[in-house]
Amino acid sequence: MKFLLQRFAFYLFTLWAAITLNFFIPRVMPGDPVSSLISKNQGRLTSDAIHSLEVLFGLDKKQSLWDQYIGYWQQLFKGDLGMSFTFFPTPVSEVISQSLPWTVGLVGITTILSFLIGTALGVGAGWKRGSWIDSLLPATTFLSSVPYFWLGLVAIALLAGPGSWFPSSGGFTPGLVPAWDHYFIGSAINHSLLPAATILISSMSGWMLGMRNMMVTVASEDYITVAHAKGLSDKRVAFSYAARNALLPNVSGFALSLGFIVGGTLLVEIVFSYPGVGYQLFQGVQAYDYPLMQGIFLVITISVLVANLLADVAYLLLDPRTRKSG
Amino acid sequence: MTVTPSSIEQVIPGQGSMAQPSVKPSSKAKRKRFRFVANGKAATGLIVLGIYLLFAIIGPWVAPYDADLITPDKLQAPSGAHWFGTDHLGKDIFSQILVGTRGVVLVGAIAGIVATILSVLIGVTSGYLGGAADESLSAVSNVFLVIPALPLIIIVTSTISNAGDIVVALVIGCTSWAYGARVLRAQTLSLRRRDYVEASRATGEKTWRIVLFEILPNLTAIIASSFVGTVIFAVMSEITLAFIGISSVSTWNWGTILFWAQGQQALAQGAWWWFVPAGLAIAFLGTALSLINFGIDEFVSPRLRTAGAGARRAPNGDKVTMRVGFTPVIRGRVDTTPEIEIKHPPASNGRAATAGGADLVATEGHSTGTDGAKR
Repeated sequence: MKFLLQRFAFYLFTLWAAITLNFFIPRVMPGDPVSSLISKNQGRLTSDAIHSLEVLFGLDKKQSLWDQYIGYWQQLFKGDLGMSFTFFPTPVSEVISQSLPWTVGLVGITTILSFLIGTALGVGAGWKRGSWIDSLLPATTFLSSVPYFWLGLVAIALLAGPGSWFPSSGGFTPGLVPAWDHYFIGSAINHSLLPAATILISSMSGWMLGMRNMMVTVASEDYITVAHAKGLSDKRVAFSYAARNALLPNVSGFALSLGFIVGGTLLVEIVFSYPGVGYQLFQGVQAYDYPLMQGIFLVITISVLVANLLADVAYLLLDPRTRKSG
Repeated sequence: MTVTPSSIEQVIPGQGSMAQPSVKPSSKAKRKRFRFVANGKAATGLIVLGIYLLFAIIGPWVAPYDADLITPDKLQAPSGAHWFGTDHLGKDIFSQILVGTRGVVLVGAIAGIVATILSVLIGVTSGYLGGAADESLSAVSNVFLVIPALPLIIIVTSTISNAGDIVVALVIGCTSWAYGARVLRAQTLSLRRRDYVEASRATGEKTWRIVLFEILPNLTAIIASSFVGTVIFAVMSEITLAFIGISSVSTWNWGTILFWAQGQQALAQGAWWWFVPAGLAIAFLGTALSLINFGIDEFVSPRLRTAGAGARRAPNGDKVTMRVGFTPVIRGRVDTTPEIEIKHPPASNGRAATAGGADLVATEGHSTGTDGAKR
């Protein structure tokens, strides 16, 4: 329990740091892009919307920095992230809450899958060095050196297109109403196959290499020799003794690199015009929609922190030592 | 990162490091410094990287066309005149890639240097000093590690209007040092209690001298590998930024080419030559850098090598797979021959497994039941 509480406190601290960073970026940077946006949209914005933008971006220069900071937090607690310019009369929080489920579904599931498959291959490659799985490594290195979004482009060029079963863009067939029926879910799965495959192929090799190297290290430990000496089967030693111990650093590595991976996978959404957070970030960037960009950054950070916490729980379940000391 | 001695040395005294008392230390030490180049992966990576560096310097001069030259040959497929075809304005894509190499390499190098300096400063300081300084510094680097870097970079660079190469490189460098700092801190922690560091402390050396001359040289491999890792990340981030149109579109890099390809519907028009070369250029650069990193890893920890780990031939023609932690056992003949004879084979016996004495010793009985090495 103590371990979890410590991690939780750390994530709260990180959240605070991210929000504070978000508070300072528009205030420190030269130029004042948001006021020009406001003046461009003069007649369309309500005074409430203008006020919330002022609080978010520090346009009210008369206030002291501290007062601005307090006001910023108060507004965040109300869930008010300002008004999106791209999707005009919709507030940012609403735009994000529409797109977040798509991203969590696509990126979440594929990240976990790629971790599991990559780790399994890594166990094989590390246990039987020089086998065919080991010879996969150069190929996977090449694939992971390709930017995710480019692999997506190639996938569209090769597999999607007129007459192909794979759709090249969108999250579901236009015209369908989002609902929990089999038409919609089938269409959503069909649309997510190519982006998911793209993410899987390019993110898997990192886990594979990490797990392979850990297996190689663990395989020379004394307890492995003892397990062999006891006459246990090779399979049992590989999975219950070596893989179980090699897995631990890989899980904590998983937690640490989530931030990197999520950044890369968001771009796959852009290529496939997938209706998730990444695609909206792209649209926000195109339109200089600063409230939307900042809101998305916050939401992504929070999601990554939650995912990290879950990875810590998994670590706790896998490693009895952390439970005992708590 | 701690390297325990190979179990071969423990099992067979005289086979491992103890067996080489006659090597002259002076010449050996000199050669070791560049030995990691002899690693196939590292050498391949360095050669490919060298080609990229060359084109980063001479690219704009050897480009066959002006990358911004608008010609009437719109959307041409690759041909003798235009090796990689042309884009929607008739610009030569091969020239764009050559011209763009400089920006990519420059940003990668600057970002890598900035991040490496930051990570060495923060990681080594926090690892060596310990205490409250360590706590706060590692908290900061953990925060930077957990916050998703790419969205942060996107937000910062999009706030700066018309960010050029240098600005992008600095932003990437300042946000991607955390992983290196973490690894360096861990290694410094283990180094600072070693005897030789204690000894120099006892002789009254100054802290900065210990850090610079005792600790840092032993961190070279880790620093190098974190530099290479950061360069990979920086190149990817830079290309991503150009691809989504944040950094300035007026200068060429591979991301800019992809930006135009995506914006002008290259896919829908079937213009594969527009985005394939740029992507392959990125992929080969990334692979070269990863290979260098593998080379460094294997140099530091030889166990990770793949080469030569496969099946080998015993002197009698049996295939034996060498694996760390296992003693090769020749099976299949055991049933016909008493165990005692394998241990002490007659000299005329062709199966004398110790022949040559190199790396194969059949010690049946030592690890009975391990079937790891059987064929």
